Amino acid sequence: MSIATLSERPELSAASAPPPAARRTLRQIFFADLFSSVLTVATGALLIATVPAAIDWAVLDAVWPGGDARLCQEQGACWAFIADKLRFILFGVYPPEEQWRPLLVIGLVLGGVLMTLSPRLWGTKLILGWGVLIAAMLTLMWGGVFGMSVVSTNRWGGLPVTLLLAVLSLGLGFPFAVVLALGRRSTSIVPRILSVLTIEVVRGLPLVGLLFVASILLPLLLPAGWSIDKLGRTLAALTIFAAAYLAEVVRGGLQGVSGGQEEAARALGIPRWKMVWHIILPQAIQKVIPPLTNTAIVMVKNTSLVLIVGVFDMLSAGRAAAADPAWPAPYAETYLFVATMYFIICFGISRYSLWLEQRVREKDYR
Amino acid sequence: MLSSLWYSERARSLTAQTVLLAACLAGLYWLYDNAVTNLTARGIRVGLDFLWRPSNFPISESIVAYSPANTIAWAFVVGLANTLYISAIAIVLSTLVGLVVGLGRRSSNPLTSGVTGAYITVIRNTPLIVQLLFWYAIATTALPGPRQALNPVGGVFISLRGIYLPSLHLEGITSLLWVGATASLLTLAAGLIYRRRRGLAVTMLAAITIAPFVLALLAFVAGGGRAAVSVPELTGFNFTGGMRLSSEFTALIIGFVVYTSAYIGEIIRGGIDAVGKGQWEAGRAIGLRDSQTLFHVIIPQALRIIIPPLTTQYLSTVKNTTLALAVGYPEFGLVVGTVINQTGQAIESIIIMLGVFLTISLAVSLFMNWYNRRVALVQR
Repeated sequence: MSIATLSERPELSAASAPPPAARRTLRQIFFADLFSSVLTVATGALLIATVPAAIDWAVLDAVWPGGDARLCQEQGACWAFIADKLRFILFGVYPPEEQWRPLLVIGLVLGGVLMTLSPRLWGTKLILGWGVLIAAMLTLMWGGVFGMSVVSTNRWGGLPVTLLLAVLSLGLGFPFAVVLALGRRSTSIVPRILSVLTIEVVRGLPLVGLLFVASILLPLLLPAGWSIDKLGRTLAALTIFAAAYLAEVVRGGLQGVSGGQEEAARALGIPRWKMVWHIILPQAIQKVIPPLTNTAIVMVKNTSLVLIVGVFDMLSAGRAAAADPAWPAPYAETYLFVATMYFIICFGISRYSLWLEQRVREKDYR
Repeated sequence: MLSSLWYSERARSLTAQTVLLAACLAGLYWLYDNAVTNLTARGIRVGLDFLWRPSNFPISESIVAYSPANTIAWAFVVGLANTLYISAIAIVLSTLVGLVVGLGRRSSNPLTSGVTGAYITVIRNTPLIVQLLFWYAIATTALPGPRQALNPVGGVFISLRGIYLPSLHLEGITSLLWVGATASLLTLAAGLIYRRRRGLAVTMLAAITIAPFVLALLAFVAGGGRAAVSVPELTGFNFTGGMRLSSEFTALIIGFVVYTSAYIGEIIRGGIDAVGKGQWEAGRAIGLRDSQTLFHVIIPQALRIIIPPLTTQYLSTVKNTTLALAVGYPEFGLVVGTVINQTGQAIESIIIMLGVFLTISLAVSLFMNWYNRRVALVQR
């Protein structure tokens, strides 16, 4: 007796397509059974308890830009304060007449990110492009050429510092990460042990600990003449931190490249470094783009920790602004604003990562 | 001869490794040498003697006894105890909340899954330190003063000064109760091991677990012990009696639980999603209720997927507690910072800090690896 498979009986395969999903009524969606009803009521109660109060505070009772500082004593959010201090929160104590420079830096970061979005443009040229962009940003911030006055790093502040720290720590950390990941998978014992030690020690420490090391210990460990300013030392800590986490992601990608690729390259007589650069790494990195974007989000969020060692990023600038005695301590509003800025950046990256994943799935390119 | 050495892969690899090792050692020695020069120039003596000097700085709150007359070593212990204390509370609470969030996210009820989804998205895309500062700002600026304190339940007061709760005061030989509780834990452990080997009814297990504590309680009462409930009361400008949770502590715990539970919720949702749909259908087909399927079929399988990322999450929670220093809660990092400021013994203090965190990381990952092996699929 033979069993007919579905493909042999077209009328059956047509019939076995799933029926169109029945449309559920609202009652079936929200009150299908006791459990679902309880959930609806509980969630609804939570929303009713919080949402109207939040709307009252943030919208109806709020003091909008142009409002009087004294009105902020009453209930309601003080958005007038944010409007008044916007320049300070975004640019810190950067000289006001020169603030077009950090604004341009923000524009350059946005431009660079837009340039990176399309996978079609990925390649050596893009890396070079980023190098030029970063050099341009640092020049703009620092000044000293083309008639721009010199602004030393202790006057840098706000959003450009946050963005620069994020971009530079990821950008500088990535080459280190690749070296560490290759070292960890090396067959030789010395690079393997060194990589494992570096990665595990850094990952075992809180970032605050590393920032302490950078801000307090590093000046003691370098010769007396070498002074690296606070921003540079903080960047060093963030870079090492990013490198250790990126290294584990890259290692995951390296593990995903089949051994046959290496064997094929060796059979063709391709030198080892060319093989790593042109065959192994491109495949490995393409496999781990979603976790790489995750690490990017984590690093953007982590730049806020530099507040602890006194670097003047967007969060520190907001905190300093809110301490102005002319206003009634609008800390909550300031932190909400800063949180919104971070949210826009991080949510953007995560949406982009989803889009990329979908694209990979649709095209199924490797 | 030389060219054969050059083309021998083994020789090249050995040379390269030796050079790498030598470069690393030279680099480390260079740093060490600089440190020695710098320290002698600044007149700082390296050594651990400073640990035994009195600390001379206050610590605003601690779960173990402390005064500025205690040694610096003890101040480190106090900071570490605070770190472990808030880590433990944050981990337990955020696991419970995270379970609710994860199940809510998976719910077929669009209202619940929508709200939890929005919660997860917003929380995960903003930095923890901003959230902590936000909660601290709420706790220290938005709440009313002691006289207008919020009084949601009798005996509980929420104000700018912190949260006041009724507390239980025991008078008498309280050590008896501690002995009883310890004995109960030990019998529970022994009972669990016995149960695994020979089998033991749950009621029996419960009975032998409770028995030592009940005995201790009886002995405590017989020895003249009394329990008194102390309720906070407003006297003058502040509260007396009861127990106080400081604004720092409250803001921290709320911040950590809100942040970590969003991550744990996603981990749990991911784990449950990863168990095949067929398992649910099979459970229904053999007549199990959905809750039975969830607890007896889905969760045991999902645990295997959940545990590795959960370990990572617990570890990062412990590491995240260092952010408590941003709101001024005296955890380990804040104590280390204060000691460095007061004594200038930066190298020793930072090495102690690194050592402590590496030990915690190692201990947690060893424990979770052991647990992971226990729940892992036994493959024959």
